Amino acid sequence: MADVKKIATRDSYGNALVELGKKHEDLVVLDADLAAATKTGIFKKAFPERHIDCGIAESNMVGVGAGLAAAGMVPFVSSFAMFAAGRAYEQVRNSVGYPHLNVKIGATHAGISVGEDGATHQCNEDIALMRTIPGMVVINPADDTEARAAVYAAYEHDGPVYLRFGRLAVPVIFDPEDYHFEIGKGQVLTEGTDVTIIATGLMVSNSLDAAKMLAEKGISAKVINMATIKPLDEELVIAAAKETGKVVTVEEHSVIGGLGSAVCDVLSEKCPTQVLKIGINDEFGHSGPALDLIAEFGLDAKGIAEKVEAFVK
Amino acid sequence: MASLAATANEIRKSIIKSVHSAKSGHPGGSLSSADIFTYLYFEEMNIDPENPKDPNRDRFVLSKGHVAPAYYATLAERGYFPKEDLLTLRKIGSHLQGHPCIAHTPGVDMSSGSLGQGISAAVGMALAAKLRGDDYRVYTLLGDGEIQEGQVWEASMLAGHRKLDNLVVIVDNNGLQIDGNIADVCSPYPIADKFKAFNFHVIEIDGHDFDQIAAAFKAARECKGMPTAIIAKTVKGKGVSFMENQASWHGSAPNDEQTAIALKDLEQ
Repeated sequence: MADVKKIATRDSYGNALVELGKKHEDLVVLDADLAAATKTGIFKKAFPERHIDCGIAESNMVGVGAGLAAAGMVPFVSSFAMFAAGRAYEQVRNSVGYPHLNVKIGATHAGISVGEDGATHQCNEDIALMRTIPGMVVINPADDTEARAAVYAAYEHDGPVYLRFGRLAVPVIFDPEDYHFEIGKGQVLTEGTDVTIIATGLMVSNSLDAAKMLAEKGISAKVINMATIKPLDEELVIAAAKETGKVVTVEEHSVIGGLGSAVCDVLSEKCPTQVLKIGINDEFGHSGPALDLIAEFGLDAKGIAEKVEAFVK
Repeated sequence: MASLAATANEIRKSIIKSVHSAKSGHPGGSLSSADIFTYLYFEEMNIDPENPKDPNRDRFVLSKGHVAPAYYATLAERGYFPKEDLLTLRKIGSHLQGHPCIAHTPGVDMSSGSLGQGISAAVGMALAAKLRGDDYRVYTLLGDGEIQEGQVWEASMLAGHRKLDNLVVIVDNNGLQIDGNIADVCSPYPIADKFKAFNFHVIEIDGHDFDQIAAAFKAARECKGMPTAIIAKTVKGKGVSFMENQASWHGSAPNDEQTAIALKDLEQ
């Protein structure tokens, strides 16, 4: 495992923006004094005239993005998830969502893997907030390959998109050569018969490792990567539920309103199934090294495997 | 200027008729801003009702979105859609929503209504013109109560910093908000000094005097290197005897009898 390449998806965001910027003159990037952290600084270096630093004023930044989009440009508005989805929620809803403007929100530093900065900066509620906005696409990529592909897909999509990225360097699990991303489509990563684990974002890698641990205990887990939380790949979720019976969702987000809730929304109506939601249990995070926090909150491979084992038995 | 006054009067009548028909809405601020709307859409802005999406058109964002009745009355008067539509205001199936919506109404450049947000969109539109070298201008109308919103100053800071001389912010300074006199509720004064401090070119005018309005927009056009803020002193409910300077007419509709009096006032 030591030689697995690790890249933070926020780096993928910055790098993908540069690639897109080379091809598309209408792409502009907005930031709120966090260009070094959100990695839009990479874009700023390549295209300084198309990088607008709005200062520490996220609400205005989202509105400025709306105006740029209304005038025909394609803005990528960037900040930490806490401020992009949290502080500027109403601007995203009313200035971007309601007029259905072509604004892309690049939210980095999502979840508890922010680490040492603690609870004020660890946003575990952004997926819940963003997926309630009509017409909003919500994507939470798992690794560098998927994150870059998601940024390209977001540019091509006509309408608002919320992209969720992490601060922590995470294993690259998809090979760019044979990986294909499509908004609204999940992927089966490993087949299994006893239970389906539907994971998103940084939890995909940990869930794959958990599946291996479960296999050693004789539990066969099907693992699905669900990068797009809205629109959800309902067909895949229902098919998997019918196939394995029990379903587990894993996300670095509150168990209220995120992937787990989205999956339950579908299954409760179309295929009633027992679902275990693994995530942050209605509590705030706190300071500490990212990997230690992930383990403490039971979101490492071991924690996931233990919960799934207890659920299946 | 006499014809502008006549046009403004027609717009005021349409405001009363549409709010009466809707049985709700915001007549006070609509009436106070009617002269500014008239000048923008009949003199100042480079627009074509036949081609409302022309990429080179000047843009307008109604940041104080609740005065949609004045906006719609102006757009109808200018020929964007039939004046009969105004009587469908706020009704189910109407393209005239309670607050402006880009997707519904011809001529509307931005959805607005949640206070403080329109000015940010206007800054974005002005910035887009600067980035692409387009020469269109952007206008946005704010309420004097609205400038209590912090986002207004975030947007103003960026507009001043980016030297957006293609942007004109107009403040409809009618002095009243829902809870009363703005100076009593939470005073935004001195308004001109605030915009000056945010690196704006500031002009103070009587918002019902077309000569002053014309001179202000001309000065804004001539000012280079900074955005302009026009602080327009106005009378809330202007033109309707019983509505003038009454905070209670911020957001309530006249009944049949009051509508008759209001329309009679506007005939004079």
